[in-house]
Amino acid sequence: MSAQEYVFAVLAFIGTVAAFRLVTAKNVVHAALYLVVTLAMVGAIYLLLAAEFVAWVQILIYVGAIVILFLFGLMLTKAPIGREALDNQSRGLALVVALGVLAGLVFLIQDAFKWSDPKMTPVSAGTAALGESIFSRYVLPFEAVSFLLLAALIGAVVLARKDEAT
Amino acid sequence: MIRLPFVLFFSAVLFSAGVYGVLARRNAVLVLMSIELMLNAVNVNLVAFAAALKDLTGQVFALFVIAVAAAEVGIGLAIVILIYRNRETINVDEINLLKW
Repeated sequence: MSAQEYVFAVLAFIGTVAAFRLVTAKNVVHAALYLVVTLAMVGAIYLLLAAEFVAWVQILIYVGAIVILFLFGLMLTKAPIGREALDNQSRGLALVVALGVLAGLVFLIQDAFKWSDPKMTPVSAGTAALGESIFSRYVLPFEAVSFLLLAALIGAVVLARKDEAT
Repeated sequence: MIRLPFVLFFSAVLFSAGVYGVLARRNAVLVLMSIELMLNAVNVNLVAFAAALKDLTGQVFALFVIAVAAAEVGIGLAIVILIYRNRETINVDEINLLKW
């Protein structure tokens, strides 16, 4: 185990615990705050993998914008507090399905990659190379994504507006 | 140096937690949060493979996924608030307009 792996293990452990607390929290606002912890840990892992730009975008968009949006959603819809109000009756079945998915993924991963296998030595390609890649090779998907964002914005405004006409 | 399977296992655990959240939660906003968890697991995989293969494409697609996730949350919360305004509830098992 290298030093980076120890750091990764700590970050992943905190992120995993926060993710479990997120899906079992009894209070919706606590769930949103656990989401912040998980997203921040994922951002730190991006830094560890030498993806600085993605890490800062993660912090800006997810922690800065999406979580605030979630908190607005929670405040605007008064949510009851307590396990029975937040979870449905088929919790056991959900647990079985989730464990099945986990077992399947773990089996696939350890089948595809042996433990000795690909040692990543993350080298930072830098934000400049990333920008060049987005705006040259992937400019068409980029435009498609910006169009999607525009459509989503307009759609959200249309949906959330009060209907005066009817 | 980080071994690739470590990162992939972390991502698998995040994804499974998201699956559990989507299936077990009644509150629509919490379901959306669990979906974000699953999208994050995918992003971790993309960035990990970008580092393993020394190819920037994974990072580019992680950025695209983040943008799509932002759009999805915006639309999703607009729908949730609209449903709350009309039906006074956001419990997903009480919203059965399209069920049969």
